Amino acid sequence: MSNAPWAFVAALAAVPVLVPNPYVLAVLTLAGIFVIGAISLNLLLGYTGQLSLGHGAFFGLGAYASALTSLGFDIGIGFGLRLRVDPQPVWLGFLMAILVACAFGWMLGRLAFRVRGAYFVIITICFAQVLRMVALNWVELTQGPMALISIPPVSLWLPGLGVVPLVTKAQTYWLVLAVGVLAFLLVRQLVESRIGRALIALRSNEALARSVGIPVTHYLVVAAVVSAGIAGAAGSLFAHYMGIVDPDVFMFIYTVTMVIMVVTGGKGTLWGPVVGGLIFGLIPDLLRGRAAPELQWVIYGVAMILFVMFLPRGIVPGVQSLLRRRA
Amino acid sequence: MIGPLLEVRNLAVHIGGLVAIADMSFQVPEGRIVSLIGPNGAGKTTAFNVISGYMRPTKGRVLFDGADITGLPPERIATRGLVRSFQRTSVFAGCTVLENALIALHGRGRAGLLGALLRAPAQRREEARLLAEAHSMLDFVGLAARADTPAEVLAYGEQRRLGIVLAAIVSPRLLLLDEPAAGLNPSETQAAMELIQKLRDRRMTVLLVEHDMAMVMQISDSICVLNQGRIIAEGSPAEIRQHPEVISAYLGSGHWEGADAQA
Ligand SMILES: Nc1ncnc2c1ncn2[C@@H]1O[C@H](COP(=O)(O)OP(=O)(O)O)[C@@H](O)[C@H]1O
Ligand SMILES: [Mg+2]
Repeated sequence: MSNAPWAFVAALAAVPVLVPNPYVLAVLTLAGIFVIGAISLNLLLGYTGQLSLGHGAFFGLGAYASALTSLGFDIGIGFGLRLRVDPQPVWLGFLMAILVACAFGWMLGRLAFRVRGAYFVIITICFAQVLRMVALNWVELTQGPMALISIPPVSLWLPGLGVVPLVTKAQTYWLVLAVGVLAFLLVRQLVESRIGRALIALRSNEALARSVGIPVTHYLVVAAVVSAGIAGAAGSLFAHYMGIVDPDVFMFIYTVTMVIMVVTGGKGTLWGPVVGGLIFGLIPDLLRGRAAPELQWVIYGVAMILFVMFLPRGIVPGVQSLLRRRA
Repeated sequence: MIGPLLEVRNLAVHIGGLVAIADMSFQVPEGRIVSLIGPNGAGKTTAFNVISGYMRPTKGRVLFDGADITGLPPERIATRGLVRSFQRTSVFAGCTVLENALIALHGRGRAGLLGALLRAPAQRREEARLLAEAHSMLDFVGLAARADTPAEVLAYGEQRRLGIVLAAIVSPRLLLLDEPAAGLNPSETQAAMELIQKLRDRRMTVLLVEHDMAMVMQISDSICVLNQGRIIAEGSPAEIRQHPEVISAYLGSGHWEGADAQA
């Protein structure tokens, strides 16, 4: 069993060599970026049990933070002062994306984890919509609906080659795969630890968790920060891969897509968001050209309903219990 | 120690317009098993909720080991060494019995975010130590054979027992047990009683709420009788049996033998 995941990663890594088709690689890269987003959402939704419907905000924040850092900006900040940032290397943008998302994750954690349930869900929705309004209206910084364009591709320092921009589809694909593996390992280390047990305890029985001395709100904030940071990293990859970011990254549909990926794949399992993310990340492209756009969404929705009906706990737990019954 | 381990002073709890606790004062000396008894609705669970930090009192103070803990959140109170069990069966569903025990051992570990991510040798040693402690506790209480069973599929009696274990594994100085024998058959009740005595022998002070009078009379060092939100009598089991007010208010009305019907 412990070798199977690495075989899976090796197989994924071999795709650009075996199938050097730019379209296939582009589709897989984009799906991979969403898998990373789903992995990050799973930490909150799956392990702590808190439904955040503003998760796309961290993704969008990462995209904007990374794009703005690498493009540079010059804005008025009131009192006649200006803030000017020259274009920075892309790796710095990537770090900024994580930092900014973590900071907002911390704030949301502090603020919203004082309330639970429906109120928490509403606050997270508002959070994303407010950011969308900011991105639309703070034209000096974000260009508003005109979008940030000409975002440079990710550059990487490679031994012997120096700093090289990752321009080919295969290079970007490998980068996304590497970040995805890192995100997976990060979440695995976390949930299979004392902190992970505290998160699961919170999900399972909050009153009991507190009674044995677990400061649940503290661990909720920890989970929110890590989750937001990973989502920010995914957003950064998205920005540099697409080369363009507009306020639509804050649209509700991105969050909903990630929730669908986590829930159908199996929330609270390590592989759930990977499986769900790949399925629902690839469906739109598999249907493209074969079905009208409206029909694509119908198929998307029907597939989701079928999965939830027949595998209510998600694909991964469902398949696991099937295999166990066989054995 | 000079003062009592727990002191409840003039506690009052009003829920909406209802007076759940009118004016309650009592003490729990260290090393004893003290029982709080009274008819349903007398305010026992409410008192536990206030003492363990789940509810704020309208009036009054709770002192633990001489320090005022009134209004502290439950996790802080637990960390100070006061842990309660719940009247309604309460376990970590979806986790195995062993995982339940490991969760409750949270306070015995130190590993933070960095430790969890890097899994340094110190962290692995800590995990191994917690695992050993969890196993030894399950051995101690006779749940070792159930270690890998999901908590929610345990038999009712075993779930009740696990509920006590989760509180006891924290090794609190004061353990609050809310009707640990509720719904148990006579042999399970006997086992629960022995477990509580073993915990006392492990230097835990116990404050017990229980309807099974035979059990209360047998294991308590002293008893507080609560009726309509007030303590009406306090004393040794022998004294309580003789107490006229207790007999008329509580014991006389058939609760004495019919304890099981209360559950
Ligand atoms: N959360 C609550 N809301 C409203 N009334 C409550 C609540 N908790 C307790 N009460 C009331 O307070 C009184 C004491 O209840 P409780 O402490 O549960 O009694 P006991 O545990 O002694 O049976 C009862 O009248 C009960 O109805
Ligand atoms: Mg009660």
